[in-house]
Amino acid sequence: MSVKLDIQAIDLSYDKQTVVQDFSMQLQENHIGCLLGPSGCGKTTVLRTIAGFERPEKGVIVIDGQAVSDHQRHLPPEQRHIGMVFQDFSLFPNMSVADNIRFGLRRWPRSEQQQRVSELLKLIGLSDRAKTYPHQLSGGQQQRVALARAMAPRPALLLLDEPFSSLDADLREQLAREVRDILREENISAILVTHDQHEAFAMADEICVMHEGRIQQQDSAYNLYHRPANRFVADFIGEGVLIPGQVANGKVQTELGDIEGQVPEHCKNGCKVDVLVRPDDIIHDDNAPDSAMVTDRAFRGSEFLYTLRMSSGLELLCLVPSHHNHEIGERIGIRLDFDHLVVFPQNSSLAEG
Amino acid sequence: MGRLWQPTILLTALMISIPMLVIGAFVFQPSTGNWEHLRATVLPDYLSNSALLALGVAVGTLLIGVSTAWLTAMCRFPGRKLFSWMLLLPLAMPAYIIAYTYTGMFDFAGPVQSWLREWSGWTYGDYWFPEVRSLGGAIVMLSLVLYPYVYLLARAAFLEQSVSVLEVSRTLGCGSWCSFFRVALPLARPAIVAGLSLALMETLADYGTVSYFGLGVFTTGIFRTWFGMGDSVAAAKLASLLLAFVLVLIALERSSRRRARYHHISGQYTRLPEHRLSGSKAVLAFMACFMPLLLGFLLPAAQLGVWALDTWQEMVDAAFITLTINSLLLAFAASLLALVLALFLAYGKRILKTRTVEAAIRIASSGYAIPGTVIAVGIIIPFAWLDNNIDSFMREHFDLSTGLLLSGTLFALLFAYTVRFLAVSLQSVESGLGKIRPAMDDAARSLGYRPKEILFRIHLPLMRASVLTAILIVFVDVMKELPATLILRPFNFNTLAVRAFELASDERLADSSTAALMIVAAGLLPVILLSRSIAHSRKG
Repeated sequence: MSVKLDIQAIDLSYDKQTVVQDFSMQLQENHIGCLLGPSGCGKTTVLRTIAGFERPEKGVIVIDGQAVSDHQRHLPPEQRHIGMVFQDFSLFPNMSVADNIRFGLRRWPRSEQQQRVSELLKLIGLSDRAKTYPHQLSGGQQQRVALARAMAPRPALLLLDEPFSSLDADLREQLAREVRDILREENISAILVTHDQHEAFAMADEICVMHEGRIQQQDSAYNLYHRPANRFVADFIGEGVLIPGQVANGKVQTELGDIEGQVPEHCKNGCKVDVLVRPDDIIHDDNAPDSAMVTDRAFRGSEFLYTLRMSSGLELLCLVPSHHNHEIGERIGIRLDFDHLVVFPQNSSLAEG
Repeated sequence: MGRLWQPTILLTALMISIPMLVIGAFVFQPSTGNWEHLRATVLPDYLSNSALLALGVAVGTLLIGVSTAWLTAMCRFPGRKLFSWMLLLPLAMPAYIIAYTYTGMFDFAGPVQSWLREWSGWTYGDYWFPEVRSLGGAIVMLSLVLYPYVYLLARAAFLEQSVSVLEVSRTLGCGSWCSFFRVALPLARPAIVAGLSLALMETLADYGTVSYFGLGVFTTGIFRTWFGMGDSVAAAKLASLLLAFVLVLIALERSSRRRARYHHISGQYTRLPEHRLSGSKAVLAFMACFMPLLLGFLLPAAQLGVWALDTWQEMVDAAFITLTINSLLLAFAASLLALVLALFLAYGKRILKTRTVEAAIRIASSGYAIPGTVIAVGIIIPFAWLDNNIDSFMREHFDLSTGLLLSGTLFALLFAYTVRFLAVSLQSVESGLGKIRPAMDDAARSLGYRPKEILFRIHLPLMRASVLTAILIVFVDVMKELPATLILRPFNFNTLAVRAFELASDERLADSSTAALMIVAAGLLPVILLSRSIAHSRKG
């Protein structure tokens, strides 16, 4: 498998304000990558830089082994052979669905244009709407047309900028999976930008978590959740709390008992740490010696997410099958069940390990 | 290229603001004897007449504009759909034309009073009849043709109002009248004030009506001082006072528009609560909408038609054709010039997005509020100064008299039109450009199109309608324009508007009707355009 996209240490700023700093990532052929982060973290800027709308001040961008941005050259967007799907879709309102899809195919022979357009219309399930205009379509349909238009010229790389954010919440994940299947079918490498981790989990093979213009961790969804590299990632992905502990003999002593696992090398005996406790690390067990009081609860259908308070005042989150229906104020028995020990030295900043 | 945008835009804005700067500078000019004389004698009259005129027109346009807007937006009665666009028709009628048409109909020798005398057997002095050519008459005339500004903006505001706020007020026990006064009207107030300030700008700018009625207000005062006394400094000082009034109106309009934007953010487009009117209420609503239409358009247009049928054969001769062609060419040239500048400024703003550019463009587009008289004086003074200096320089060094190079030329006239109407063109172009979101450009580039190709493939087809609108509206505005044309036109150069006004001033009302009808017919074009967009704006 070859490398599709290689970004090497790019920097970018607007009006002297740094937006992206020392950003590097790689994307394998036929993979779907994702830039995930809160709004304003610079993820869209990275995407626009890959497309060629912005020029990095430092660093190199290589697509298919060819440098498209480096310190001396900057290939304009129209020569990069990159497809892009925009947040607001930006379909051309004066053209029909078919003409929108055909727009990027003008150098193709007529018959092939025709064939490609009908092939894509079929792929997105809109064969009967070829002659309609964008404003006559629903949001989801417009989204698929935008996707088809970007894919039509068989781009080397497809970029999707928050493609689902203007759609209804219940449509998003379904559409994300549909889009992923379409991309797989067409063997297209793509990068998705989003602030929604569920969208990222549904679509991407690997995810870059970004914060304040810097990359925090590039990994699979599973590892981001279970092995976050720093406090920011631990906090941004999934739910959980940090409880204080102390390293002793390769274990971490906490209020909930000793936890075994990999302790960071630079943490010696007596080192104070915070331990990440996910809601699924706490098991509700009536026979457990420890108990905690329910202070809040959120019903999620098959599960309850309980907020618990230990007698010491320590707060925990606990995910429990929803047939265990406990009222606020009740005390329930809990015990720890750790698969992965995640600890951060106390007083470390957000981005440190 | 990229580096030249900003300075060129700033330069354009500076050129456009020359007349305003010149007039503004005269506030600080030392006063002359004539000025002192004016200040002691006629200035108080000018001030009070202008203020009364503005006040009267404000009341008139508000009464007609808001009530018709409310009726057509929120009530159901026979003819409502037709009225919703026909109420705009008076916009096509220049105030000076309706003024002398009514004078012709209602003065002592006119058909109405003649009929009255015949019917009753009265003779002169036996009865009282309102004098058309008076301050009150001018208020009525201007209100009848200017109320559509208030109507247009108020109606849009009523339609955009969130349905739910009106429903909330009903559930809280506030009836439909109470809802109107306590909820709908306050919510629409910024829009109404914006429409009102537009109507008042036109009122202060009016020259034709007040001059025909012999009223002493600022615009007529400027003319009298300039042409009668030959005192350009005193005329410019008068103009600067008028400019101060207008600047207040501009500030009022801008701040209301800004507030209007925050006021209705409802995206809910469910049906408005409608008041179904029947019986006498429906008749009242019908009459309330019909009277402004009848008096502001149908009646004067019919009178013009009757006159024109009588006189057109005499009036349409070679000279008439010449001045029609003059008008058309001038209007076309001005609208193209304004369009080119507007495109240049709008694209500059889109590309640069700096605060300096935005400020420059805002200054360049404030000309729409400045009365034509003020602009004309503000142009002729620097142009004459330039002409004199070039002439004396050339005579001194080359023994050659260049005479008038700029003043009294078509260039000066076109310049004035551009200053006055650039904003109109710019507004249309900007609204068209606003619909082409920047991401569309990006999308086209990512699909392999170069910027120049995007201009032709995406922008041109999407902008076509707005560009045509920009040309059309400026075209018609120039056709109707009177005071600046009167002051700046080259010697012996006439347009339809000037000719109609001259004939009417010579009491040849019937003879002027052919030219007047042509102006009204041209004025109908943008009104039709506007009314079509109103008809499509909202179903129901």
